[in-house]
Amino acid sequence: MIGKLDIVTLQQIWWILCSVVGSLFLFLTFVQGGQTLLWQVAKNEREKSYIINSLGRKWELTFTTLVLFGGALFAAFPKFYATSFGGAYWVWMLILFTFIVQAVSYEYRKKPNNLLGAKVYELFLFINGSVGILLIGAAVGTFFTGSNFTLNDFNQVTWTNPLRGLEAAFSLFNLSLGLFLVFNARTLGAMYLVNNIDFNGVPEFEARIRKSCLTSFLLSLPFLLYVVVSLLLIDGYSVDKSGVVSMEAHKYLHNLLAMPLVLALLLGGLFLVILGTTRTGLAKVTTGIWFGGLGTVLVGLAVFFTAGFNGTPFYPSKVDLQSSLTIYNASSSHYTLTAMTYVALAIPGVLAYVAYVWRQMDSRKIDSQDLADKKAY
Amino acid sequence: MGEIDLGTVNWARAQFTLTAMYHWLFVPITLGLSFLCAFFETIYVRTGKEEWKRLTKFWMTLFGINFAIGVATGIILEFEFGTNWSNYSWMVGDIFGAPLAIEGIFAFFLEATFFAVMFFGWERTSKGFHLFSTWMVAIGSNLSALWILVANGWMQYPVGMAFNPDNARFEMQNIWEVILSPVAVAKFTHTTSSSFIVGSLFVISVSSYYLLKGRHVDMAKKSIIVAAVFGLLSSLFTALTGDESAYANAYTQPMKLAAYEGLYKGSKGADIVAFGILNSGKKVGDGRDPFAFEVSIPKGLSLLAKRELNGFVPGIEDLVYGNKAEGIMPVAEKMDKGKEAIVDLASYKAAGKTGDEPAKAAALQRFRVNQQYLGFGYLDKPEEVVPPVASTYYSFHFMVYVGSFLILLLALFLRAAFVNRLAESRWLLRFGVLSFFLAMLASEFGWVVAEVGRQPWAIQDMLPVKMAATNIGAGHVQATFLMFFVLFAVLLLAEIKIMLKQIKIGPEGA
Repeated sequence: MIGKLDIVTLQQIWWILCSVVGSLFLFLTFVQGGQTLLWQVAKNEREKSYIINSLGRKWELTFTTLVLFGGALFAAFPKFYATSFGGAYWVWMLILFTFIVQAVSYEYRKKPNNLLGAKVYELFLFINGSVGILLIGAAVGTFFTGSNFTLNDFNQVTWTNPLRGLEAAFSLFNLSLGLFLVFNARTLGAMYLVNNIDFNGVPEFEARIRKSCLTSFLLSLPFLLYVVVSLLLIDGYSVDKSGVVSMEAHKYLHNLLAMPLVLALLLGGLFLVILGTTRTGLAKVTTGIWFGGLGTVLVGLAVFFTAGFNGTPFYPSKVDLQSSLTIYNASSSHYTLTAMTYVALAIPGVLAYVAYVWRQMDSRKIDSQDLADKKAY
Repeated sequence: MGEIDLGTVNWARAQFTLTAMYHWLFVPITLGLSFLCAFFETIYVRTGKEEWKRLTKFWMTLFGINFAIGVATGIILEFEFGTNWSNYSWMVGDIFGAPLAIEGIFAFFLEATFFAVMFFGWERTSKGFHLFSTWMVAIGSNLSALWILVANGWMQYPVGMAFNPDNARFEMQNIWEVILSPVAVAKFTHTTSSSFIVGSLFVISVSSYYLLKGRHVDMAKKSIIVAAVFGLLSSLFTALTGDESAYANAYTQPMKLAAYEGLYKGSKGADIVAFGILNSGKKVGDGRDPFAFEVSIPKGLSLLAKRELNGFVPGIEDLVYGNKAEGIMPVAEKMDKGKEAIVDLASYKAAGKTGDEPAKAAALQRFRVNQQYLGFGYLDKPEEVVPPVASTYYSFHFMVYVGSFLILLLALFLRAAFVNRLAESRWLLRFGVLSFFLAMLASEFGWVVAEVGRQPWAIQDMLPVKMAATNIGAGHVQATFLMFFVLFAVLLLAEIKIMLKQIKIGPEGA
């Protein structure tokens, strides 16, 4: 059946698949959010150990999802991969740097003779959770605000801003989206920790985490509001049937109205995040992460769908509208998309074993016994 | 196409070299040690003896320290294809992106998911499930090697694709040809089996150190037996796949073969240089003897490359200047054809813009005649197709000498283990400590042979490296190069210090 799909359908399927992976990544940034909470909610080494050991069992999933997001975009939309990574060089390089330093920090922080000392590795984790997520948000923001590039006849990219991508972080919209993601990650981080740690004997610790969930969420609200309101008001990039790109007033508002399902994803997602927050911050339950997590995934899907569907170039160029990338002009060939769609059939299987292992490992919460283990971080 | 800035290209090259060779310091240990941990744990589960569990946990601790920095240095490589080689990413992304995505779906999640069980699941899951997880980490790690090596193999021997002039890129025609290409298979088997040697020698090196110090004697002996068996089998297999790789090179990359064998003038019944020192300053076509000193085996190269004593093996000069008798076209002629193809492609594009359909069709027809030489059109002179001979030649020979030595060493270790004379064989143990570093170097040099030996091509005969880079300006790449250099140096130092400390602490700390 997959072999009979036309290219447009395949391009849409792959935009959906990339969106799913990207949105799952946003959910999994609870790891990064948790990292930024470390100094705030842990008052002693023992409490720090709880947090590090709890997050330390998940950080690789987030990391791997980010790598898969990159790989999926490369395979399905190579023109985006070439244009954005090669063009917005510095924003991506700095994001990568924050993930490089993260990858060693869990393992090395508490090991004797670790050269830099625990504090520096904790700083690495903080940088990853703050700067890293902020820049990812700024990069995603350019899906709506546009970038500074032109493509020639051979699709080679020329970037016209000397900051090579870092300029993305100086737009109020992009910055707000980035800060929203940082605070949302913290909100999720608190939800996850509440769910994952056995707080027997450390009730104040639990109370601090629950409180931080609420404050992080409240801090995220102004940025969220700014992003949503701007999105409804700004002129957006639009592409017609013949592939000509032009500016359209209230383009993204039109997208949401034209795709009620996407609007429902956005509203439903936000509702679930609020529900997760109140369950964690105001009630005594531990299931907030599932609401907050699913909510974040739905919001993420709404963001990516608004950016790419309904005649919208997902990676628009401010300086040369006709260089803008759409899911139709940036994709791989029909053959490659077909082959990769067969491969993608394995994704549910992967999700299933990830979920199974997660359940196996988390059926007992992180407790003092885990901290005493010699393998503990 | 746009202007080429060689400063940027060379800095991008330097950055990729730095990050790839750095990453490779950790990968072979991961590939080999993950299987050794799985073997150790299997023995524990089969015998139920606690000492095997302790031993497994000890090696897992070292595995974890190495794994973390391997992950850290690996993420950059995937994204560097985009950041530094954006023209490449666009031109071949339709083919090259697929294995990277498949790697993510099939391999990385296995590693990431089961790694947590392997480290923290001892008390949380059943014995059987824990063992299963350890095996999954080993299989996942090696599967990730498979997919990236399929991608690399395709660059060395591009198959299963066609050029699409409409969007100026190569497009995949047959994914099975890409995955099952003989070069990809040879690359995967040679790289993983040689990494198993490195992993085994890591275990042997640390264990030899313990035996020399008289510490953890029982654990060290047990570890050596398993590692020596695994290492010896792997080293024999590596020799076999190495021979296969050279044989494949004769057809797919004869220039690389000529460079690492130091063969300038081809002949029937070509000799192979067993040991030789190159004449410095030797240039292609200058008529000087390539070797200052050499010991050769008659007809050895023909046997290796063509599987027959009198087979013709082309030398560097045959490949550059052509050899009519053997049907080899001179590079100058390929360049002319390539330049025609570039002009025709441009006319095709121009005609497309003005809507001149007959002119477009005619240009396409002309382009099709010469399109297979497109890559040569970007070269400035024929001699550009010659890779740096000395670094390729010496790297190759170092790798072969070390590889042969290691087969012998592993056999001696196995023999000493079986007659239970390990602790007394002090010279063997000293070589054992050293062996890991030799193997690591040989492994890195293997990549020098593979990657320096295929210069100037990013995609063999299709896309020169200088056309593959992002047009970004050397300054930016210099800055990130410096950042990587400093950061990686600090992390490496931290890794070594932590590793040495854990080895000093020994299995009691695991």
